[in-house]
Amino acid sequence: MDDRHRVTVTVNGAQFQQTVEPRLLLSDFLRHDLGLTGTHVGCEHGVCGACTVLFDGQPVRSCLMFAVQADGHEITTVEGLGTMDQLHPLQEAFRDAHGLQCGFCTPGILLTLIPFLEDNPNPSELEIREAISGNLCRCTGYQHIVDAVQLAAQRTSA
Amino acid sequence: MLARPGLPQFEYVRATTSVGVHDLLSTANARLLMGGTDLFTQMRDGVWRPRVVVDVKHIPGMQDITMDPGGLTVGAAVTMNQLARHPAVQRLYPALAQAASSVGSFQLRNRATLGGNLCNASPCADTAPAVAALEAILVLSGPAGQRETPFYDFVLGPGRTVVGTDEFLIGIRFPAQPAGSAGCYLKLGRSRMGDLSVVGVAVVAFRDLAARSGYRFRLALGSVAPVALRVPAAESLLAAEPPHETNLAAAADLAMHAAVPISDVRATAIYQTLMVRTLTLRALESAWAQLQGAGR
Repeated sequence: MDDRHRVTVTVNGAQFQQTVEPRLLLSDFLRHDLGLTGTHVGCEHGVCGACTVLFDGQPVRSCLMFAVQADGHEITTVEGLGTMDQLHPLQEAFRDAHGLQCGFCTPGILLTLIPFLEDNPNPSELEIREAISGNLCRCTGYQHIVDAVQLAAQRTSA
Repeated sequence: MLARPGLPQFEYVRATTSVGVHDLLSTANARLLMGGTDLFTQMRDGVWRPRVVVDVKHIPGMQDITMDPGGLTVGAAVTMNQLARHPAVQRLYPALAQAASSVGSFQLRNRATLGGNLCNASPCADTAPAVAALEAILVLSGPAGQRETPFYDFVLGPGRTVVGTDEFLIGIRFPAQPAGSAGCYLKLGRSRMGDLSVVGVAVVAFRDLAARSGYRFRLALGSVAPVALRVPAAESLLAAEPPHETNLAAAADLAMHAAVPISDVRATAIYQTLMVRTLTLRALESAWAQLQGAGR
């Protein structure tokens, strides 16, 4: 039995061809095979949201998918948002509003919020809190994260 | 490159047709992969150790939502978010749309499927009460073809269904709802967002001239019994006399007495029992208000 699969995955706009074991998690594929360690791994049970990536534009938990399932699909990780010199406006707002402390949950929260803000550019506080309810943050108490999202929304609509 | 320890090796099969899947399911130690939200945790905890994982989401029809005069057909691999944001599902089957949107977190709902939620047969499955109240028919694919089974007969107990070892669920059929139908799903979790349910209540209601009251209510409870529980006594009460403050409260009492919860990590049995009455009353009142609004 051939238990390895050839997959072609587009990550942050670049195409990668790799051979993977079926049991390789998408999160581990991104971190170890591609070296994209911005995708963090927390609970590995689908609860904490740290490993959130965009799968064909929609936020999913990469610890609950196998790399082999990504064959032919498009993935965006936090590395695909902005660069050190040119942050994504949402990242900029997180920096300005102190939307992170240790930063472990931040990549997952950013990626959860990208499609959310596209669908809803002027969210209420409750909508923001609902949107990030699948992402656990143990430092901030969420208040500054909510502030950051509101700041980003303000700047985009201004 | 080694995979993380804890996930044992298995063979991955991506099926694009049901041909061959039944054989695989009956001969190999195989598990179906739908959204994976349960499969991953069960495999990581060592509860399930399949030799073959069969990804059946890509079989034609599995991810489709179709409407016809007979009703709504939902492919087994349709995700919770697909259901929650589908305009016709929201309008005609609000209990189902609301139940789907209450599952887990947004990221999870992008993967979790209706078929997976039903086949996993957890007592706290959020879609189960809605599917029960909507009297859905489940379509199973087997070696000899398809067969249908009402959801009423589908779940045998926690984690157990009537699906045979060589069968798998391909779709869920919801009968057409009478015009102006009302419905809702109310859920109590430990937090307002993203938790498993402590109590779930689904209500579907519509005008029915065959009922003495002129209305038919269907009520189903989740998380308070081994399987989603219909409450025929409460339904009969509201079919006999039109809803008013007193008999809505009486129906909620009947629901409370029908519930048989167990104390667990999320809540005590007595708390769940009391919350059944509270949530049932709110759900019935909401459905009744919708019916009256539609009648004007």
